Amino acid sequence: MDMSEEVLQQASPGLIPGSGTARAAKPTRLSPSVISWLQAGPMMLVFLAFFLIPLVFVVIVSFWDYNEYQLLPAFSGRGYTDTFEGCIDKLPELCTIGRTYVMTLKLCFMVWAITLLIGFWVAYFLAFHVKSKTWQMGLSLLCTIPFWTSNVIRMIAWIPLLGRNGLVNSGLVKAGLINHPLEWLLFSEFSVVLALVHLFTFFMVVPIFNSMIRIDKSLIEAAYDAGATGFQTLVNVIIPLAKPGIVIGSIFVITIVMGDFITIGVMGGQQIAAAGKIIETRVNALQFPAAAANAVILLIITFLIISMMSRIVDIKKEL
Amino acid sequence: MKEGRSRSFYVLAIFFAAYVLFLYGPMIAIYVLSFQGPQGGLTFPMNGVSTFWIAKLFQGTGIVDLGAAFRRSLLLGIIVMIVTVVLSVSAGMAFRRKFRAQSILFYSAIASLIVPSIITSLGISLEFRIIDDLIKAHWNENFETSMGLLTSGLGAHLTWTLPFGLLIMFAIFNRFDPRLEEAARDLGATPWQAFRHVVLPIILPSVIGIGLFGFTLSWDELARSSQAIGAVNTLPLDLQGLTTTVTNPDIYALGTVISAVSFTVITLALGTIHVLNKRQAAKGSDAGKGLV
Repeated sequence: MDMSEEVLQQASPGLIPGSGTARAAKPTRLSPSVISWLQAGPMMLVFLAFFLIPLVFVVIVSFWDYNEYQLLPAFSGRGYTDTFEGCIDKLPELCTIGRTYVMTLKLCFMVWAITLLIGFWVAYFLAFHVKSKTWQMGLSLLCTIPFWTSNVIRMIAWIPLLGRNGLVNSGLVKAGLINHPLEWLLFSEFSVVLALVHLFTFFMVVPIFNSMIRIDKSLIEAAYDAGATGFQTLVNVIIPLAKPGIVIGSIFVITIVMGDFITIGVMGGQQIAAAGKIIETRVNALQFPAAAANAVILLIITFLIISMMSRIVDIKKEL
Repeated sequence: MKEGRSRSFYVLAIFFAAYVLFLYGPMIAIYVLSFQGPQGGLTFPMNGVSTFWIAKLFQGTGIVDLGAAFRRSLLLGIIVMIVTVVLSVSAGMAFRRKFRAQSILFYSAIASLIVPSIITSLGISLEFRIIDDLIKAHWNENFETSMGLLTSGLGAHLTWTLPFGLLIMFAIFNRFDPRLEEAARDLGATPWQAFRHVVLPIILPSVIGIGLFGFTLSWDELARSSQAIGAVNTLPLDLQGLTTTVTNPDIYALGTVISAVSFTVITLALGTIHVLNKRQAAKGSDAGKGLV
């Protein structure tokens, strides 16, 4: 315990529930640090058992050997070499695994750019244009409601719209704009990006809105008074102050899309491969070390992207 | 800011409306399609209107054993909700002062939130496989598996709900006035009494929010369940399984039923929060009202 806390404890013993106090009817004999451990320990144990140890196992197992039906706990780089099999011979052309990672990054970038664009302007509208608190609450709630329902449902909801005989195609044909139904609407890169944007723009809106709502309105007034145009105010005042929200939202969207295999599977008609899909395929083939090796690669890529982004802003400070 | 409504207001209002339409349009389409007539297919136009497909789900004659998956998802959701509330409130209290390892817990929670779900899920499944192998090798050759809904499945869901719970607790205690507790202590309350009669009633609406979050996150959870749940399926897993094979509006009916549960739970919780807030506002201060 550091000095300031000791002072605090003396000045107001028992400020924190559970800590021993002189006046309490039954003084507890537990020291404050033991109480902290008791309070935070259970959550720590859950993360240890179901997150930290499993991550360690992913790394360990990625270096194990395997045969058709079981794991062999002996050091081997097979998980990695199998993953990149034939990649060096093929250079400069990309092998399957290389193309898959490029596709993952491409999808990730497109979804990030679109969700950022939509998320920024939706948050901007809610934070600066909607003046009444009640309206602000109501409209934010309106954006949140779809998030309350299952992602799979929100995905399959596109099928009756985009399918060969879907609403969009039949509408366009009836309007005389096209002769044949568009095939690229469903089970394509287009539908994957569309569904991902539909599912995850919410994760961009919330943090950006939270940052914007904290911006002191008088700063914007000051910018106008000093002669700034609306655009100058946006670039020099609002965007810098909303940056923490933009970065947090971006981290959310990027990590979700990097690991996604369900949306890409369903909306891509199982035709588009992505990094998450490789892991799932390897698991289904019971090739756990190869699955783990891909998980480690994916983790490293995700970690690199996040550490680049978190250089821009101190995440802990913003929470 | 300028008074009155600028042109940018109208441009952005239209943009916002388009976004809302984009959010809701497809969902409304499947809710409507789940009320297809018995001869109806997967797309518009509607072929009659009926509750045929929804009734079919509940008769158990449809494509999945809805009842069993429904009960499993509900059981898991409720347990996840309770554990999330208890552990989040408790850890939130711990974070009100410094303790060793608090940054480890904080960064574990954040990492758990942003490490791609498939990796967490794979890790849990590997962990349980290794435990199974150890049990088979040392204790019981006929041992089947320790993976299951309430072991690996529960753990997988908690890695997703607990970070949200903890972050909500941070937000609550950022706004909490510690002087209220001090006053309770001055009046002779024990730490537990101060928590039970002062802190808990004040934070209760947000705590219900955490529970609600925990339940719905678990109820709709798919990616973390995918590898870690064991032999049985939850509703979202069944639903995902159907997406590749389905030819009937059953799947929309199932989607509508799952959504209906989510919306009911959330409406109930929001209603409770609203009532609690009103009671708090009404009973919040008795200053100047004399002795009660």
